Amino acid sequence: MPDIVEIQDLRKAYGDGFEALKGVSLNIRQGEILALLGPNGAGKTTLISTVCGITTATGGSVKVGGHDTITDYRAARSMIGLVPQEINLEPFETVMNTVRFSRGLFGKPKNNAALEKILRQLSLWDKKDTQIRALSGGMKRRVLIAKALSHEPRVLFLDEPTAGVDVELRRDMWEIVANLKADGVTIILTTHYIEEAEAIADRIGVIAKGELLLVEDKDKLMARMGKKQLTVQLSKPIDALPASLTSDALVLSPDGDSLIYTYDTRAERTGITKLLSDVAAAGLVLTDIETSQSSLEDIFVDLVKEDAA
Amino acid sequence: MNWIAVSSIYKFEMARFFRTITQSFVSPVLSTSLYFVVFGAAIGSRIQEVEGISYGAFIVPGLIMLSVITQSISNASFGIYFPKFIGTVFELLSAPVNFIEIVLGYVGAAATKALFIGVIILATAFFFVDITIQHPVWMVLFLVLTCISFSLFGFIIGIWAGSFEQLQLVPLLIITPLVFLGGSFYSISMLPPVWQVISHFNPVVYLISGFRWSFFGAADVPILTSLFAIAGFTALCLAVIWWIFRTGWRIRQ
Repeated sequence: MPDIVEIQDLRKAYGDGFEALKGVSLNIRQGEILALLGPNGAGKTTLISTVCGITTATGGSVKVGGHDTITDYRAARSMIGLVPQEINLEPFETVMNTVRFSRGLFGKPKNNAALEKILRQLSLWDKKDTQIRALSGGMKRRVLIAKALSHEPRVLFLDEPTAGVDVELRRDMWEIVANLKADGVTIILTTHYIEEAEAIADRIGVIAKGELLLVEDKDKLMARMGKKQLTVQLSKPIDALPASLTSDALVLSPDGDSLIYTYDTRAERTGITKLLSDVAAAGLVLTDIETSQSSLEDIFVDLVKEDAA
Repeated sequence: MNWIAVSSIYKFEMARFFRTITQSFVSPVLSTSLYFVVFGAAIGSRIQEVEGISYGAFIVPGLIMLSVITQSISNASFGIYFPKFIGTVFELLSAPVNFIEIVLGYVGAAATKALFIGVIILATAFFFVDITIQHPVWMVLFLVLTCISFSLFGFIIGIWAGSFEQLQLVPLLIITPLVFLGGSFYSISMLPPVWQVISHFNPVVYLISGFRWSFFGAADVPILTSLFAIAGFTALCLAVIWWIFRTGWRIRQ
């Protein structure tokens, strides 16, 4: 897939010298879902704001669909939709009017059929004549998405779209994002919820202290950095590991009733066969065996910790 | 030009006005009627004619200017400050629009609202006093230019303001005194010589004088001076707004 967003050495420094972005370079492929993970203050929102034109960069360049966001801002911005982190809506306007306003701002002529389709997709059609202030928090978030989609953008930025929403609505949002991807919309989302990135993203970017630590396909990242653990449940607790089982990869659980073996799934030999035979040779009786894989959250925490170190 | 965006901003702002149409309509009619009752009938009956014009009729242009200037500033400043306050300004900044289109939408709507109020006050005045407009084309020109220039000024205040208190500060502490001391209710020639000279540093004097000339053919300052003053003020406001959008001052991080 060709790149639809090209970010080159993007920098943002504030008057007090604080550098929110320290030369971020990132290419986003057409039609993909890229999740940007990072702790608070990492620069996720600044990155999105700078690409969308809300914040002025102090260096670097951004192209959207081949259009520079400064010199050819009309063409570039026409391709972008933005769902902000905060619920910023005019409280006394109706849903339909506020969505129609957004479409007009982007120079698109009135098209009630297109707006109806968007509102129906987001389950907002019944609320089209309702004032924003009368909507629930979840509905307001949907209105923000409807506004961002009103001009039929090719690239959609979602800045923590599910922050503070309940599980049911979060899953609805994921479905909406999946439908947009199916329609060919490129989606960049920032999130604190690792499970969200794990569930819907094609690629993961990790940002911390204004620097992009990595961008990688989610599955490859999980495979490369994900560790797998084998837990061997013993029939009787033991006080210490037998000498024949001593290994860096094997530890005894705190209550002494199980052995935890960490291994690399990509290695030629995982060492599981040898472990099990050594356990039997040591006279230990097993009652159960289970495996687990480290989550994206574990990987993210490790990456940010490494960066801090 | 993104005319659809201009039209969208304009319609959105006008919708805000029509949502409160009763307040928008009744308030100026009521306050103007009170001014006519107090200054025109009660006090005005004891005041001799000013420059050959009955006092009730003399104050009409000043009353219209008073409302038009305050409404222009109030509408335009609120129009741009409110999106800043509630955060919806991000939409403007990320949309494919330039500063001219944004200004045309917001200032156009604010000026239209102020013009509407001005026309209502003029219509109300006909119920209280006999007035004839000697130069109707000039009257419309002055009215429209005043609406536009002070809406531009209000737009600047709306961008500058960091709170609702600041939003009221300039109109309350600067504009209202300037309008009241700008000859709304009297002729500058009625002042002592020193105050006449000082009054000429008040830009509102030129507006009210020019506007009053369009009604009665009598003015405190030459009509062309009035016209240049208002054109200069408009140009200054436009230059400031251009600078604001160029630098992103108080609007873009």
